Amino acid sequence: MRVAVAMSGGVDSSVAALLLKEAGHEVVGLSMQLWDHSSDSARTGRCCTLDDLSDARRVAWTLDVPHYVVNLEDEFREDVVRPFVASYLAGETPIPCSACNSKVKFATLWDRARAMGCDAVATGHYARIGSDPASGRPVLMKGIDPDKDQSYFLYDLTAEQLAAARFPVGSLTKAQVRAHARRANLPTADKEESQEICFVPAGTRAGEFVEATAPGFGLPLPTVPGTVENARGERLGEHGGHFRFTVGQRRGLGVSAPERLYVISIDPAANRVVVGGAAEIESLEAEVTDLSFPSGERPLGSFRAGVRIRHRAAEVPATVTPRADGTARVVFDRPVKAAAPGQSCVFYRGDVVLGGGVLGRR
Amino acid sequence: MIYLDNNASTALDPEVREAMNAALELYGNPSSVHSAGRRARRAIEEAREEVALLVGARSEEIFFTSGGTESNALAIFGTIARARGRIVTSAAEHPSVREPVARLAEAGFETASVSPDRSGALDPAKVADAALPGTLLVSVMAANNEYGGLYPILAIAAEARERGIAIHTDAVQAAGRVSIDVASWGVDLLSLSAHKIHGPKGTGALYVRHGVTLEPHTPGGGQERRIRAGTENTIGIVGFGIAARLARERLSSEPAQIGRRRDRLEMGILETIPGTTAVGAGTPRLPNTSAILFDGLSGDALLFRLDLEGIAVSVGSACSSGTLAPSPAILALGFSREQAKGVVRFSLSRLTTDEEIERVLRILPGLVADARAARSRGPSPATVPADA
Repeated sequence: MRVAVAMSGGVDSSVAALLLKEAGHEVVGLSMQLWDHSSDSARTGRCCTLDDLSDARRVAWTLDVPHYVVNLEDEFREDVVRPFVASYLAGETPIPCSACNSKVKFATLWDRARAMGCDAVATGHYARIGSDPASGRPVLMKGIDPDKDQSYFLYDLTAEQLAAARFPVGSLTKAQVRAHARRANLPTADKEESQEICFVPAGTRAGEFVEATAPGFGLPLPTVPGTVENARGERLGEHGGHFRFTVGQRRGLGVSAPERLYVISIDPAANRVVVGGAAEIESLEAEVTDLSFPSGERPLGSFRAGVRIRHRAAEVPATVTPRADGTARVVFDRPVKAAAPGQSCVFYRGDVVLGGGVLGRR
Repeated sequence: MIYLDNNASTALDPEVREAMNAALELYGNPSSVHSAGRRARRAIEEAREEVALLVGARSEEIFFTSGGTESNALAIFGTIARARGRIVTSAAEHPSVREPVARLAEAGFETASVSPDRSGALDPAKVADAALPGTLLVSVMAANNEYGGLYPILAIAAEARERGIAIHTDAVQAAGRVSIDVASWGVDLLSLSAHKIHGPKGTGALYVRHGVTLEPHTPGGGQERRIRAGTENTIGIVGFGIAARLARERLSSEPAQIGRRRDRLEMGILETIPGTTAVGAGTPRLPNTSAILFDGLSGDALLFRLDLEGIAVSVGSACSSGTLAPSPAILALGFSREQAKGVVRFSLSRLTTDEEIERVLRILPGLVADARAARSRGPSPATVPADA
């Protein structure tokens, strides 16, 4: 089988390529040029820099597989970065990685791979693909390594995308991945990982990035200053742009109060950041939009699930009630803290990802 | 491998290789007085004669450089260092002209670029219109690297000289493919590269018309008549000399043969693959180049697929990352970004055979159909029961 491996220049996708090659597949390495980092002052530790591309190339040489760099800057800008900026301006805290996976890696990149005669596209994600014993369809599952599991970022793959996806390192721990890389002398064996948002320059906050790039997208910035208020509508201070805040944030509120204050909601229409005490960031319910089920089948009624409201958060048992319009109501068995609009809300049953959506506002 | 990327670089001619092998022994510094130095000097001067003959110049008007990029930079920066003024180029120039001019624009120079029209033709009257009073330099390529368009250098140069404006042409792609005569072209400066004519990489030349003065950009020893300091690349220059001679000797017969094969390839593609257009086919162009716009196709995907099949072509302009961005030259003709991404360049050489062309024509339609199908399918939304 000819398999395209999305090679980021990191150790995980390097080992993904190694394992597929060793399994006898015809491996084609594809790296994506997604963002022009040439204007960033600090470029190390970012995704898709020239250094990463040359690392991917060196790994491909080591493995003796062809390697190509695909320029997807236009697609990335429109399908990932623009929605990211728009989401912040709408008072949300978006996750660009999910959009990158479903709209770029397993969409445009997969198109390129298919055009090249590839039968599947593999990445270095820590996730697994199982099969539903009843239907035989592929199901998305957590990676074996609980510290590295990335299934949270993959819940919105479609059934077709999932059928073409391969996650060769999902059944390994990070330590095992590094061991494979060392065994095969891959130049990326000891490379550090990057976990920040790849297109936001190192040392820059997301809010600063939004402020700098919104005009280029034709997205209006709110007027400043706006107000910081409590839930009773009492004005406590001013802020320099609501998009610099995220629900649950405690530092940098610019307001002094006897108790610890947290951002409990962001109201972009009124350019208002609402703060409150620890009890006020808890919620027992959440509204979820843009539901997606990687099995391709949406449950017809309510179902029980372990629900994650952010990456690496503990799962909280909950009852999910999907609606016909692609939204759902999630009722948690115990309160969750700081459910931030824009974050993904992912439903698990054991290791299986049932589906998920985007947290809406309360 | 079927190599159809000769506008990027060409294979070393065996005769060039042999001469370069022999030149490995010419270790003396060409500036040295002793016999080892003199032997190297003689080899370089013989090569200079050959390069001069290729373009109808006198040998003392040829200055060796590290390649086309350096020649272009030397021509532009060397001219503007002596005076200030406006610079006019075409919008389809190679980056080695475009970027120096962009840098000068940042430094406060007035610049203008003239676009070819959709057919690929560049109107000399438009260049003349852009060359307002105060223009110091007009730099227009003789042949475009992306689609092969030949620009009317004679007419442009005549107008420039009339107005006392220096005229430079990047003839890197034209050399060996069309005949070049600096005297009848009337240019002051002309850039050449060895590796586009089956010579070695790392060697080029700048023709500087007698009487034109340039400011050197590399201070150092007085090599190349003080225009380009640095010990000469004897081996590369010797290879360039042989390549220039072969190009001149072959000029009367080979471009026509290459042109017939190019036409066969192009007509075959246009006839058998729907949704294809030959960019610039209606305008005078290089005999070896065919830029095909494939509707609804990502050129890079086709490039990668062809590479896996052992066929080398190119798409767009390669950047430092090895990624492919839409070609600025194709965009300059007025094509959209989407269209420009669907343009694939086939560039032939004297080594391209009829069998190779036929093989490409056999497998290309299927690959294009696959690539188009992959793109039109796209990601499908999750199947959701309508009544859920």
